[in-house]
Amino acid sequence: MRAFAKLMETLIVTPSRNAKINAMAAYFANTPDPDRGFALAATTGDLRLTNLKPAFIRQLVMERVDPELFMMSYDYVGDLAETIALIWPTKHEVLSNSLPGVGDFIAAVETTPKTQLAEQFAAFMDSATANERWAMIKLATGGLRVGVSARLAKTALAAYSGQNLDEIEKIWHGLTMPYARLFAWLDGTGDKPVIQPGRTFHPMMLACPIDPAQDFGRLSPADYTAEWKWDGIRVQLVFDGTQSRMFSRNGDDISAAFPDIVDTLNGHSVLDGELLVGQDFTPLPFNNLQARLNRKTATKPHLANYPAFVRVYDMLFDGNQDIRDLPLADRRRRLEDWFAKTPNSRLDLSEIMPFEDWDALAKLRDQGVEIHGYEGMMIKQLASTYVAGRPKGPWFKWKRDPRLIDTVMMYAQRGHGRRSSFYSDFTFGIWKDGQIVPVGKAYSGFSDAELMRLDKWVRANTTNRFGPVREVQKDLVVELAFDSAHESPRHKSGVALRFPRVHRVRWDKPADEADTIETVLTLLA
Amino acid sequence: MKWLNHELYIEPIDVYIDPGRPVDRAIITHGHADHARAGHNHVLATPQTIEIMKARYGQTCANSFQALEFGEKLAIDDFTITLYPAGHILGSAQVLIEHKGYRAVVTGDYKTHPDSTAQTFELVPCDLLVTEATFGLPIFQHPDSRSEISKLLASLAAQKDRVHVIGAYALGKAQRVIKLLREAGHDAPIFLHGAQQKLCSYYAHEGIDLGDLRGALDKDKDSFRGHIVVAPPSALRDRWSRRLGDAVIAQASGWMTIKQRAKQSGVELPLVISDHADWTELTDTIAACGAESIWVTHGREDALVYWCRQRGLNADPLYIHGREEDSGE
Repeated sequence: MRAFAKLMETLIVTPSRNAKINAMAAYFANTPDPDRGFALAATTGDLRLTNLKPAFIRQLVMERVDPELFMMSYDYVGDLAETIALIWPTKHEVLSNSLPGVGDFIAAVETTPKTQLAEQFAAFMDSATANERWAMIKLATGGLRVGVSARLAKTALAAYSGQNLDEIEKIWHGLTMPYARLFAWLDGTGDKPVIQPGRTFHPMMLACPIDPAQDFGRLSPADYTAEWKWDGIRVQLVFDGTQSRMFSRNGDDISAAFPDIVDTLNGHSVLDGELLVGQDFTPLPFNNLQARLNRKTATKPHLANYPAFVRVYDMLFDGNQDIRDLPLADRRRRLEDWFAKTPNSRLDLSEIMPFEDWDALAKLRDQGVEIHGYEGMMIKQLASTYVAGRPKGPWFKWKRDPRLIDTVMMYAQRGHGRRSSFYSDFTFGIWKDGQIVPVGKAYSGFSDAELMRLDKWVRANTTNRFGPVREVQKDLVVELAFDSAHESPRHKSGVALRFPRVHRVRWDKPADEADTIETVLTLLA
Repeated sequence: MKWLNHELYIEPIDVYIDPGRPVDRAIITHGHADHARAGHNHVLATPQTIEIMKARYGQTCANSFQALEFGEKLAIDDFTITLYPAGHILGSAQVLIEHKGYRAVVTGDYKTHPDSTAQTFELVPCDLLVTEATFGLPIFQHPDSRSEISKLLASLAAQKDRVHVIGAYALGKAQRVIKLLREAGHDAPIFLHGAQQKLCSYYAHEGIDLGDLRGALDKDKDSFRGHIVVAPPSALRDRWSRRLGDAVIAQASGWMTIKQRAKQSGVELPLVISDHADWTELTDTIAACGAESIWVTHGREDALVYWCRQRGLNADPLYIHGREEDSGE
């Protein structure tokens, strides 16, 4: 546990990407199985322990320290794991080396009966340093937040072993924790693990936002294809005739919530597309899809009112054959052939929009956005192979311009993670019947310098405190950008915004010039 | 008790303690900028605090200075003032004010854990304690400074091709860190940012041996490799530190307890070395001094006030103007 805790501390305070890679590479090279495998899973977000919940650990600490003092401390630190780690009362003399390794710790936490878990976990906490306590809580509750992406962890695997990152990515989703076969291959003591492509998720290829001013000048329209961008969620369908699965963009298996899709899949392929809901392949607004997401199963009314379908735009495997190294044009042809031969009631082919030049495409996009409310367009290079990650260049998304409204800051809360202790989480409101009512929350869209200024403004203009929340003088106008607005009975304003973010802080604008509910209603989807 | 108000003003004798603006008569607990300001008419302080003020703000930063040694009693009308060591930095004092048998102590900034660059804190029994609360939350439990220094030396040994730049306030923290390094056996030259040199010389003059110190000006990058440079925290993010080459940025401060704080300040090697009392020291001192009334200032007042009230003490927060939350020294 000591080495893992040290690694976590290094990762969180080290700003340099290379230094993070070096620290992880050294850890993977010097740590035995299965500890390094579990640590790897923790950094990639694949480790999910179920026995210890944050609330349970919180309860343990509440039994040991005054709850009021705990809450004041938590509000100050802004991170639950770190607060508990620091506030946990210790007897200085018990610091010892009796802590288990990562693997044994996980085994202990996951197999100890519920009745003895509190005692067991408290014993670990008592014999740890603050840093080790922090690492243990992070391990147990998931979500390390140490500034390392799954991609960076795999980059470290490549760095320590000298193997190719793309090769690691390709087999990654067919492997299971604690990755003994993977490490054997990376150490040079075993063969490369073989995975079953028809059963596992394959990392997706993502698009970059296009910069019309910069990019169109240097791109030749003849090399690209255009499709509508749909307002659903990106999914991958993996099916081989005996098993069918649907994965979200992160590789989460969401099959159980969408039996209408997975139970009707025919054939053998891996397809990439957009999950939408609606009758006869006519998509309903995102709100309706959202009702079906994040559920373990589908309810009958949901299946009837919001039938799901997938608008397919790419093919990764044709039968058993990996076609990711073929150009997009060839993959598309294969996809169309496959579609013609394989009947699927819940699959629909994404339409290709012909266009002469970029100006013509711009007109088309405006029409789609204005008349049909589409999210924008996807522009893909015909020659592009299918590679994992977000390579710069081959695929672009051209979203419609965001909607903008002027709102007034109402409440502020301290942020978490990198922004802990700064007031960075804001609630904004608009005018309704002579009053300001909340319309949405936003946490992003401002620079660090602006954050400092906002934080200062909040502290100087606080009118009321509700626990960690500060109510502020209704004076500061903030221009919010958002993708779309929907009716919502949960908000006092009756409207909910999708992807709200701060566009501009209008230090200059008086609050009575902020927007009204009437303006926002005209923007409803 | 009516003669001391929440601004730390002793009205009957017209004396302020650590006032934030120029006044006629001020008692100054120690030389840090948020306590000692230029422009007062008469200043009463320990001889070392007076020297430090003169070194920082000039010989004429007050019209007159009156030195009071630790433990020496000074009567003003029917009030008696005595200064006791606060253990915060060299010359730092607590102020005891006695009037008709009632004893009020203003701690200024203090710590009770050992520091060979400052006079050791003395507990002063009293009826009213005005305590600081910079680290007034139970999450603050400062580790032994020597273990933090070993962390620094281990990092130095492991990365011999990099320079270690330590952010430490020019007055007090810089000298303490250097002294701790010397006590841990590090006798290589230590390089100083210009802002640190004057006060380091003053400490040396006061008999605190800081070893081989050199200016960091006009030297090329390579001469710092494997060495330690001490600079004010503000210089770490400045162009100043860039010319040192590939640097490990360290900072010595109680704030380094919180990882996200360290990260926000771009610190790669956080060192929890504090010149303020941690939660245990604060609460132990309150319990041991016997005071029934506690005024809490300078920091996280709420938690300490709550803790006192839970124990049946009269406690009030003092929100003294001009003392920013999380202020530096």
